[in-house]
This record gives sequence, C-alpha cells and structure tokens, in this order.
Amino acid sequence: MGTNANRADAAVGFPDLSRVPPVDEVGVNERVARFQSRSIKKASKVEALKCILSMIDLTTLEGQDTPGKVRQLCQKAIHLHDAMPGLPHVAAVCVYPNMVAVAKEALRGTDINIASVATAFPSGMSSLDLKLDDTRMAVEAGASEIDMVISRGAFLAGEYRYVFDEIVAVKEACGDAHLKVILETGELRTLDRVRRASELAMHAGADFIKTSTGKIQPAATMQVTLVMLQAIRDFFASTGRMVGMKPAGGISNAKLAIHYLVMLKETLGNAWMTPEWFRFGASSLANDVLMQLEKQATGVYQSADYFSKD
Amino acid sequence: MATAENTLAFSGGWEYAPAPESTDHIEVASRYGLFIDGDFVRPEKGRYFDTINPATEERLSRVALAGPEDVDKAVKAARKAYSSVWSRMKPAERGKYIFRIARMLQERAREFAAIESLDGGKPIRESRDIDIPLAAAHFFYYAGWADKLEYAFPGRRPRPLGVAGQVIPWNFPLLMAAWKIAPALAAGNTVVLKPAETTPLTALKLAELIADAGLPPGVVNIVTGAGDTGSAIVEHPGVNKVAFTGSTAVGKRIQKALAGGRKSYTLELGGKAANIVFADAAIDQAVEGIVNGIFFNQGHVCCAGSRLFVQESVADEVVEKLSQRMETLIVGDPLDKNTDIGAINSKMQLDKIRDYLKVGEAEGGSLHQASGKLPRKGYWCRPAFFTGVSQSSRVVQEEIFGPVLAIQTFRTFDEALEKANNTPYGLSGGVWTDKGAKIFRMTQGLKAGVVWANTFNKFDPTSPFGGYKESGVGREGGLHGLDAYLRLGE
Repeated sequence: MGTNANRADAAVGFPDLSRVPPVDEVGVNERVARFQSRSIKKASKVEALKCILSMIDLTTLEGQDTPGKVRQLCQKAIHLHDAMPGLPHVAAVCVYPNMVAVAKEALRGTDINIASVATAFPSGMSSLDLKLDDTRMAVEAGASEIDMVISRGAFLAGEYRYVFDEIVAVKEACGDAHLKVILETGELRTLDRVRRASELAMHAGADFIKTSTGKIQPAATMQVTLVMLQAIRDFFASTGRMVGMKPAGGISNAKLAIHYLVMLKETLGNAWMTPEWFRFGASSLANDVLMQLEKQATGVYQSADYFSKD
Repeated sequence: MATAENTLAFSGGWEYAPAPESTDHIEVASRYGLFIDGDFVRPEKGRYFDTINPATEERLSRVALAGPEDVDKAVKAARKAYSSVWSRMKPAERGKYIFRIARMLQERAREFAAIESLDGGKPIRESRDIDIPLAAAHFFYYAGWADKLEYAFPGRRPRPLGVAGQVIPWNFPLLMAAWKIAPALAAGNTVVLKPAETTPLTALKLAELIADAGLPPGVVNIVTGAGDTGSAIVEHPGVNKVAFTGSTAVGKRIQKALAGGRKSYTLELGGKAANIVFADAAIDQAVEGIVNGIFFNQGHVCCAGSRLFVQESVADEVVEKLSQRMETLIVGDPLDKNTDIGAINSKMQLDKIRDYLKVGEAEGGSLHQASGKLPRKGYWCRPAFFTGVSQSSRVVQEEIFGPVLAIQTFRTFDEALEKANNTPYGLSGGVWTDKGAKIFRMTQGLKAGVVWANTFNKFDPTSPFGGYKESGVGREGGLHGLDAYLRLGE
C-alpha cells in the first residue's frame, strides 16, 4: 500500500451523529439491482477480472491453520496462475497474528502486503488492553495492515463513544500499519446502523472500513457495501480524506465481484478503482476469476483441477 | 460544497464495452396495413407513412395512413363483433382469450422489447424489464376479472358499453395499448385503437399476436395514422366510449368534441409532478428517486417528477449528489443493455425540449447538464436540471416531456404543499421523508391522482391511475379502470 500524507492525522473527532442521514432499505435494494443489471462483456470484462485479482486479500483464518498452509497461500499470492502471463499478484495475504512471521518470510522480496486480524478477532470480546497487545504483537511480527473488529455489544448498546475511543486507541497502536475496521454488519442488522458505524470508524481514523469477519452470516452483501461506499463518499466530500473499502466473506465468484466493481465505479468513481482503496476479502474468489480469464482467452471453461487450490 | 480536490471523477478509466441486444430474432415487415376485422388490409386511399428509428434516423417500416373511411370500416367491424360475438360470449370464455394474449406476450417478450426500443428510442433495459412485463401483467389482471364482474361491483348489474375508441401516445406504446385494450375486452367491449404515429410497430405486432391468439375478427381493430385519424375515431357516431392518453391540449379538444353527446370518456393527460424531499429523508435513496422520477424513459412520462422541491438545509447536498449521479447515467444506443437514457422519441420532441432549455436560461434559470459524449446521428438530450427558477418560470409551469428537471427549495411543510399544488396539473407526486406522519399529511394535501412515498414511478395493474384538474378525467387500472368500461345498472 502506498502511503498517503493525509492519513497521518486520520482522526477528525467524534462525528455529529445527528447529521447521519437515514438509509432506506427498499431504495438500496433497487439501486443494487441496477448495478447487477449492467452487462460487462469482452475487453471490459477482462480488465475487470484482472483488476479484481489485484484487489484480493487472500485469506486464511482458521484454528487449524499451519505454517505450511500459510506458506502455500503466500506462494499462491505471488504465483496466481503462471500458465497465464501478465497477471497481477493479489494485494495482500490475511492471516492470524501468530502466522504473520511465517507470511513475512514467505513473501520476502515481493510487495504483497501482510494483513493480520487483531483485537480478539472475530468476536472482539476482550479488554482494550488485550486488544492493543494483540495489535502490537501483529505489527511487531511484520503486519503492514491490521484488520480490527469493533465492539458490537457496545455499539448496539448505544455506547458510541466507547466504540470510537477504542478505534482511536487501536489506530495509535498500529503505528505505521494501516487500519481496517471491521463493522461485522451481519451483527449490526440494519443499514442505518451500518451507516452510523461507518461514520464512527472513519472519524476515529480508519484507513479502510470492512464489512465482515467472514465468521458471521450474512457476511458482505452489495447492500451493506453500497451504504458504506456512500458513507465514504460523504466523508470524502466533507473532509477531503479518502477511506478504503473492503467487503469480505461471501464473494466467491467473478460475476458477483464484477458487480461490486460496477458499484464502486458508479459510487466513488475512478480514484477508488485500485488495490490501494478497494479490497476483496476472499479465499475462493481468485480461482473463479482465473477460470473466467481462461474462458475469455480460450473460449472454453477449463477443469477446476487446472487451478491450484491452496 | 464540492471543491476541486474532493470532486469524484467518473469519466474515463474502466468503461463498459458495448452490450447490444441482438435484433436477428425480430421480424418487422417493410409495410403494414390496417388491422380491421381480423385481417391486415390496405387503406382505402392507399397512403402510407414512415416510422423511423429515432436513434439512427433510419426508416424501420411504412405503415398505413387511415382516413375517415377506414376508421368507419373499423368501427363497423367492431360493432358487428360486439353485437354478434363478444358481448354474447360466456364471460369465462372471454377471459380465456385475454389470458392467452397475456401468455403469448410473455412468450414473445424479447421480440416486443427490441421492437419497442427500436421504434421509440427507449433503453432496452426499460422495455425489457418494465414496458413489456407490465403490459402482460395488465392482460393477466383484467383477464381474471372477465367472469367476475358481478363480484367486482356487488349489487350492480355490470354491462359493457359497446365499441371503445382508443387513442394512445408514443411514450409507452405497447403498455398504453394494454392499459386500454385489456379492461375494455374483459368488460365485454370491442375496440378500435390508434397507436401514435411515431411508434406504431408494437401495436401492429400486438395485432399479429391477437390474430394468432384466434380472437374473433373485429373484437380488436388497430388503425394507424396521425391526429386526423384520432379525431375520426373520437367523433365517429358508432363509438360508445372514448379513451385517450396524450397531451392536455388535445384532451381539451376531445372534451369539446364530446360535449353534449352521450359518449362516455376517460382522458389521461399531462402532468408536472412535484417531487418533495424533506431534510430528514434518506438522501441517497431520494437522489435515486429523483433520477428515476425525471430521467425514466427520457422524461417522456406524463407522471414524471419534473418539479423537485428540496428542503433548504439539504438542498446543496441533494443538488451536488444529483449532478454526481447524472455523470454515471449512460446516454446512447437504446439497444445497449447498459444504456440508461435512450433517444428522444422524435425530432419534433427534441426541438421542443431544446426550446425549453433556452427558455429556462432566458428566464434566469441556471442550467446544468451531464457531460459525456452523444452519438452523432439520432435525437439525443443530455439529462438536465435548472436551479434558480421559481413558480413563475415557464420551465416550472409547463410540461416539457423530456429529461429536464426544475429544482426549487422550500423551508416549511406548508410552503412545499402550496407550491406543489400551485399548478394546473395534478397527475402524480412524490414525498421523501423518514417520518410516516409527514407522508400521510402530505399525501392528504396533494391534489394529485397518484402519490408515491419514498419511491417514484411505480406501476401496477391493480392500482388506479389518473389525474386531478387538467391532468385528466377518470381512472385506469384496478377496479376503477374496469368501471370505466361498464354501465352499472341496478
């Protein structure tokens, strides 16, 4: 990730929540349906597929992860599908804190970022001190991006100041690492809350806002992502600061990912159409995108066994 | 509020490749006669006129120009079919025919959608997702009523009126034909229908479909032509009921022609709908509703939300977001699946819209239009809005029937309501607020036939549609629409 001067003094103070506009779910659904009715063909499809690959945070977040599995994933991150020349590499590899060192070693010499979840991921049910230690540990091990979770319990109880302060503290513990704030929209339930949590996170200094841990259903949907993109757009309009967006979980095929790109393009414009400002948190998306690229190049679908599963 | 550094860039970058709907599956004859008494026949005087594709200015076909003698033939055929077959048929049998039309429309939806876009210029997304499915839905809905008229009007004795003369506009050619034909047939009437001269093709395809459906000859007759043909239908003594959708000026002429006579009539006329956005509205969704309200079908919509009233504390934000959203609207080839705004229906209409753009600026309004390239040939207009206009501006008072929005601000609820009602029209309106109580207060106060809350331009066959004041007389759709084709005896 490139550095950006305006990220240094990220926090802009507690937001005026009375100014946060309501969200109408019916209207959001209609807008999403319009994005999905876009027909993306030929050259524009190939361009989109390559763009999607470059935006992927290749992720493994399981209790059974081993150093071997993480090394495999890193190998995949660098060599997506060498049979096809000219492909980009993914944006980052995303692992638990105790696997960061392994990933760092495996990705040495590349410019692929290492993202680590932290702050008692995925539930966030711990004390602030432990969350900060968790964050520092991941950063010291070499993570350049931290994916934190907000305290949903506090948020749902209306303790917005607590949630805000916690994000500010984690951001400080991140040092130079970029902070992605996971709202866990599947637990927030309403789009109004998604919008409000997005405001809190951005005002508290988030470099990215992210939908989900992937551990709760529903994970990312186009609806919540649209609401978060609109929050980012409004935050940019009022502060001039760009914030990135990461939908995570549930985006497993290329067609859906292309619809996300359409939504991104028509909501935030060209400036966000790079891995610096948009990521897909996904584990199985890459292979479907590769398969579609092969289809575009050769006209036929190939067996899934021609693409490495790591 | 936008500064140079925090403006979003939508042009350039990743672009959508052309995704045109194919036309190799459609059949358009090089020439169409008049559909009278179950057959396509030559017009008596042998005259034809061109129908062109407004996106390319190329001729699609030639269609017959019906004179008074042709109209007379059509009305007589309709009368014969009414007396000898249709009004005597068991209602359940009538219903079967209408259901069959509905099903066949669904089966041929793809062809109808492509032809509708070719002939009228509307984007294929709309003809495919809205016009054709809604047209079929109207036939399905009224087919169901055919054998239940006594239940629709309990205690009354519903009887058909006879021959219905129907004249429809060019903005929703097939859908308007469905709105007119479906309730007429369900109630037991027969029909002489004239499509608009710039968009006759889907009505003629519907005539083919009706013939294929095996409807008895003369139950539906479709004659093509311009205003004179329409007058001949309206004034024909053999017509029992007139149904017209079109401009208020023509509607007034029809009302004069019918005054003192015994023909019943419904008129669906112009509009200048107020779309009212309160500060507590879901702003992003309201902006989307504003776009759907005025740019749907190039603004060629009688119920278009052409006057926007925004509460002043959010006015800058709404206008800024609207202009951003307009940058993402794709204007161009109506057959491209990604097109949001197609071609203006005719040269005449384009000239009229351009005149209004000049008038609005001359009146001191500030014109904003989306950027972006337009095709070289064809009739096009970039989506536009005026700010700095007032109730006395012509672009606020008069129906433009194009993608041109007039924006005003308001401070209080009462001010919004007063300005919204301060128009000769009263077809539709929109209210955007997060407060239910405000919605009900506003809908009770608005003098308009249809009011949408937190949405706009939604249509359903079960819902009555029609105007207050100079927007028309009578209702179409729902039970009200059925009522308009019946005599209710005791």
